Amino acid sequence: MSAILIIEQILNGLQFGIMLFLMAAGLTLIFGVMGLINLAHGSLYMIGAFAAAATAGATGSFLLALVAALAAAAIVGAIVEIVVIRRLYCAAHLDQVLATFALILIFSEGTRWIFGSFPLFLDVPSYLSGPVSLPGGIQYSLYRLALIVIGLLVALGLWWLTARTRLGIQIRAGENDREMIAALGVDISKLYTLVFALGAALAGLAGALVGAIQSVQVGMGEPVLILAFVVIVIGGIGSIKGAFIGSLLVGLTDTLGGIFLPELFKLYMEPGAASQTGSALASMAVYILMSIVLVWRPTGLFGARA
Amino acid sequence: MKTGLLALAVGAIISTSAFAETKIGMITTLSGGGAGLGIDVRDGFMLAIAQSGRDDIEVIIEDDQQKPDIAVQLTDKMIQSEDVDIMTGIIWSNLAMAVVPSVVNQDVFYLSPNAGPSVLAGQGCHENYFNVAWQNDNLHEAAGAYANSTGYTNSFILAPNYPAGQDALNGYKRFYEGELAGELYTQLGQTDYAAEIAQIRASGADSVFFFLPGGMGISFLKQYADSGVDIPVLGPAFSFDQGILQAVGGAALGVVNTSQWNKDIDNPTNASFVESFEAEYGRLPSLYASQGFDTANLILSALETASPDDAGAFREALRAADFDSTRGDFAFGPNHHPIQTIYAREVVQEGDIFTNRILGVALEAHADAYAADCKM
Repeated sequence: MSAILIIEQILNGLQFGIMLFLMAAGLTLIFGVMGLINLAHGSLYMIGAFAAAATAGATGSFLLALVAALAAAAIVGAIVEIVVIRRLYCAAHLDQVLATFALILIFSEGTRWIFGSFPLFLDVPSYLSGPVSLPGGIQYSLYRLALIVIGLLVALGLWWLTARTRLGIQIRAGENDREMIAALGVDISKLYTLVFALGAALAGLAGALVGAIQSVQVGMGEPVLILAFVVIVIGGIGSIKGAFIGSLLVGLTDTLGGIFLPELFKLYMEPGAASQTGSALASMAVYILMSIVLVWRPTGLFGARA
Repeated sequence: MKTGLLALAVGAIISTSAFAETKIGMITTLSGGGAGLGIDVRDGFMLAIAQSGRDDIEVIIEDDQQKPDIAVQLTDKMIQSEDVDIMTGIIWSNLAMAVVPSVVNQDVFYLSPNAGPSVLAGQGCHENYFNVAWQNDNLHEAAGAYANSTGYTNSFILAPNYPAGQDALNGYKRFYEGELAGELYTQLGQTDYAAEIAQIRASGADSVFFFLPGGMGISFLKQYADSGVDIPVLGPAFSFDQGILQAVGGAALGVVNTSQWNKDIDNPTNASFVESFEAEYGRLPSLYASQGFDTANLILSALETASPDDAGAFREALRAADFDSTRGDFAFGPNHHPIQTIYAREVVQEGDIFTNRILGVALEAHADAYAADCKM
């Protein structure tokens, strides 16, 4: 195993983690501010990808496709918040889970109804396709590098938004004490709609960005959603910083575990069996990581609430 | 168009149920991520039934949602309350394993239009079970044979870590004679293959064999094309069928894949199938559609000589496989699995459409490796 391969895998882990962050940031904001478990977050990811694929198909422009993904997910998010989610803030978590699970089914079958059952085509734009040579003779996909940069910019933007703007102050206040900021005259329902739309837009952006290198199909959001939940549990629920660190931890553990565990087992077993056992264990790695973090810090790395 | 045909099918059920003589139960996947396959099988099947012009056949169609428990429930309903004579439709091997043994033991015929798990070809074979598609290993074996004939000697192979994935790599290795540069099991449903592609790049392989059905294959091929690794890729037809090629786009061009069917197989049945399918549904048929079409035509041919009520005679009629297959020559082996030619195809672009072109024969009159274990 050469150094080049290891560096390439670390970059892969970073890229995966940063895309997870886009999902987890929205999820953790929504849970932190509104106390809502939103299972339909994966559907917003899917909506972003489909909107991007449809727009790219019609106009041929990847930038327009990204704008469409952001807009479509934000608008759908806002509508969902106003029509459905608003009724669930006072409900028990089980009711929220049931209602948002119903939303998953509605969005999945609705998307199938509009776009059909066959996956859509969304490709990397030509100016971002192909590999680039990094120092040290590493060949790496330009698009994946771009994903890392975009993700870091979004993270920076979110930090600025929560730490430096009036909206950010209201969001942080909302996390701490909902009733109090409502009493202070902040229009809490508008704030909720805004936060929900923001979270949705981030999920939609992730869906569009990832859709270009994966397949744009119904149900694409659910596997990512599970990992995003793992991320926010590790990072501490409601914490953007926690979501960022958690995403990178999960991304790196998942990617590097998938590479090194089978190699490790090959030292003791014959290659076929080692590959099978190693991959089975690697798929558990992020959950093992989550358990270790929870034993060490029951509220997650940066979680405030017990 | 789809709903039109469905309405037609429902209408046919209503209009014929009063005097229907043969009831066929189709349980297939019509929703969820794997729906494209089931829809193709259903559409191919219903096209053949419609073309036969027979009004004494009733087809009851249900959606298993790709879930074994739902498939089992629907099966019980079909056999106990609908009293079907023949069942078909299942796409996925894990669902087939949950459904087929109980169906055939209740004296109902089962014709598989897709799934071909090894158990049902070997020790678990049954006189009422027929597979009209292939045994799971077949297309992978053909890929191994093709790799030999092309002179590949150092393959990197990967598949998801589940039974059909293990069958795939075993099938490839059964015929492939070279060395292995690497052997990887990935997670089922995995969408990011950057780590695997980095390993392929570092492995020094001269060819890559992969079995990644559905969305997994789309992700892999797009990322592989984008990574700049230029080692030739080959695989079974599942990642290159008509339904998903458009989503893969140019990334699949030139990839060699193995299939028992392609739209340019030269026989009148196939030509008329491709033409009428395109006219009816407005898209090119996939291999799944051809399998559905062949399954229906096999049933129709058997109904010409016997009724399912006379199980012995009907079984003999099925075994004779006296129908015009879209694949050309078609015969059943002793375990009721096909003996057929498997081709190597190449992905090409025709106008805006990505499709396949036959390069040559990978395995001639190929049977499966499990027939010897079958005691019928």
